[in-house]
Amino acid sequence: MIPLSWSLALSAVLFVIGVIGVLVRRNALVIFMSIELMLNAANLAFVAFSRDMQSLDGQVFVFFVMAVAAAEVAVGLAIIVNMFRLRETVFVDEINLLKG
Amino acid sequence: MADSNAPMLWLIPALPLAAVLLNLLVGGRLGRKGIGWLACSAVGLAFLVALRAVLRLAALPEAQRTVTDTVYTWMRVGDLSVDVSFLLDPLSAVMALVVTGVGFLIHVYSTGYMAHDASFRRFFLYLNLFMFAMLTLVMADNFLLMFVGWEGVGLCSYLLIGFWYTRPSAAEAGKKAFIVNRIGDFGFILGMLILFTWGGSLEYTRLFAVAPHVFAVGSTVITTATLLLFLGAIGKSAQLPLYTWLPDAMEGPTPVSALIHAATMVTAGVYMVARTHVLFQLAPVSLQTVAWVGAATAVFAASIGLAQNDIKRVLAYSTVSQLGYMFMACGVGAFTAGIFHLMTHAFFKALLFLGAGSVIHALSNEQDLRKMGGLAPRLPWTHGTMLVATLAIAGIPPLAGFFSKDEILSSAFASGNVAVWILGLAGAVMTAFYMFRLYILAFRGKPRLSHEAEHHLHESPPSMIVPLAVLAALSVVGGLVGPPMQEGGHSFARWLAPVFAGGAHGAAPHHAVSVATEWGLIALSVVVALAGIGLAFRVYLQDPDAATRLRERLAGLHRTLLNKYWVDELYDATAVRFVHGAAQSFWRFWDTKVVDGAVNGVGHVFEGCSAVLRLFQTGFVGTYALFFTLGVVALLLHFLRH
Repeated sequence: MIPLSWSLALSAVLFVIGVIGVLVRRNALVIFMSIELMLNAANLAFVAFSRDMQSLDGQVFVFFVMAVAAAEVAVGLAIIVNMFRLRETVFVDEINLLKG
Repeated sequence: MADSNAPMLWLIPALPLAAVLLNLLVGGRLGRKGIGWLACSAVGLAFLVALRAVLRLAALPEAQRTVTDTVYTWMRVGDLSVDVSFLLDPLSAVMALVVTGVGFLIHVYSTGYMAHDASFRRFFLYLNLFMFAMLTLVMADNFLLMFVGWEGVGLCSYLLIGFWYTRPSAAEAGKKAFIVNRIGDFGFILGMLILFTWGGSLEYTRLFAVAPHVFAVGSTVITTATLLLFLGAIGKSAQLPLYTWLPDAMEGPTPVSALIHAATMVTAGVYMVARTHVLFQLAPVSLQTVAWVGAATAVFAASIGLAQNDIKRVLAYSTVSQLGYMFMACGVGAFTAGIFHLMTHAFFKALLFLGAGSVIHALSNEQDLRKMGGLAPRLPWTHGTMLVATLAIAGIPPLAGFFSKDEILSSAFASGNVAVWILGLAGAVMTAFYMFRLYILAFRGKPRLSHEAEHHLHESPPSMIVPLAVLAALSVVGGLVGPPMQEGGHSFARWLAPVFAGGAHGAAPHHAVSVATEWGLIALSVVVALAGIGLAFRVYLQDPDAATRLRERLAGLHRTLLNKYWVDELYDATAVRFVHGAAQSFWRFWDTKVVDGAVNGVGHVFEGCSAVLRLFQTGFVGTYALFFTLGVVALLLHFLRH
């Protein structure tokens, strides 16, 4: 059996990759994928704990996270598509209308 | 309100107010005819409601003739409790009837006079607003609500004097009226504060009930309070030394001069003194002041009226002078006579102004008496009614002015103030003289019209003539309610008795004079009036050169009178220039340096702070996310350490 610490380490690595992706990438789609990566890192931690503690609670949480993530993807993609239509770019540096 | 005897008094001021609101909302769609109807019918209805209320009041036994109608409690702060509440007693009944009655006639007249004015709707808006304020003033049952009306009429006066605001002189005159009145209002407010501090209430009935117990007769407090109130009356009623705004107020349309600056608003000061007679009777010094200011103004203004050439200015000085008579009456304790003269004056002076307006209308806006003359056959109705009014104001029996002026003069004589009486008599001669000078210059003799005016000359339309006729009728019969030498006072005095008899604490009782003396006084005032009239006819009609000779012989006096004793110049040189200079320096130093400096300083501080804080707002989402992450990491480390 895979020890809990391995799963948690993988989860942490995935999460940090996601954070770095959000911080350094400029393409909105890639930032979006990085966010998904962070969510799934959390899901992995949930599932690992769930198995380790012999409790289904963690798995239920994962379903919720997946459902919310799906909704978020729909909305987020819609925003990105619209932004692309308006500004013809998906690079977040160029979307700076709110800058004073 | 629950009292079925309270005949919805609030309706009387509310009707003109409703007309104002309707005019504001839908006046644009009504057209001139609709606006005229709306404005007139509101005031006409108010008159009918007032009449019904007064008839009900008259049906009550004499002691109970005080009806109040509380609409709601305006404010209750500590000891101060003020209601929006209307009072109908014999005094406010007279005022309400005069205001709505004469006001209605002038509204009707205005529909004809203003028919061709571009701002027809605005005119009636202001006029109705004025009626609302004036009715609030006369029907309020406490000082504060009266003050609301007091300021309201001041505002409307300002708006209507400056009605033709594109004319600089009209705009100036409006400002002058407003600012001079401010001085008086300042006195009114201070007087009100003193009365509340010592008397504990601003409601008439309560205050007047406690006044004799709180204030000793002739004490400094009551003398100061009443003198301050009288300062308010001086400003509003254009007495010495604050009369200068009224002649300039003639820049307004003539119906406004008739309504506001002759019949109603300017009499508010007299009404206020009469209303607070209980307080004034506790302060003999104040009463003396009132009498002397009134008498001095009566003579002073009449003398200026002798030499003016503008038909409306003659009437304006005449108004100032007649208001002086009313104060004179109040000052010698004859409040009934003062109110009586207020009423008759409202009739004949409104008529004089409306007649003058009819002349001005007929002559295409010519106001200079030197360019009139011989109008009698061309304007028969205007001439006839004007003649009635002129006779009435000169004091020829049995017209209205005779009874009231004679009562004032005999009261002054009876009270022992012989000097005041002599001044009044001198004023009466001058009144008769300048009024007939005006009449002769306008209607008799040879026409001196300009060619253009001659060409357009026409009698006024019926909407203007009918009010003239009604007012002429009132000027004839209006005095008959108060003939002299009646056992127990004449009917007008008996009507007002419940108001004025109640507070005779420490007052000089009405000195009775013998019948022979009274006849003598009457004969004297008639002779005096006839002398003034005869002199005017001699100088201006029989011998036109006599006027020129007289003017040349008394050149210095004539110049002094023509220039109104240079009082305006004096005020300009002292008060106006001083205040103006002070305001300039305050503006330069205090406003621009201190006030603006403080405001801009605060602004600069925030500007500097935001310049620093702005550096964090890069506008790049990545930067925000970085700070966000760093924050989370910092928090995480913080919690993991424990």
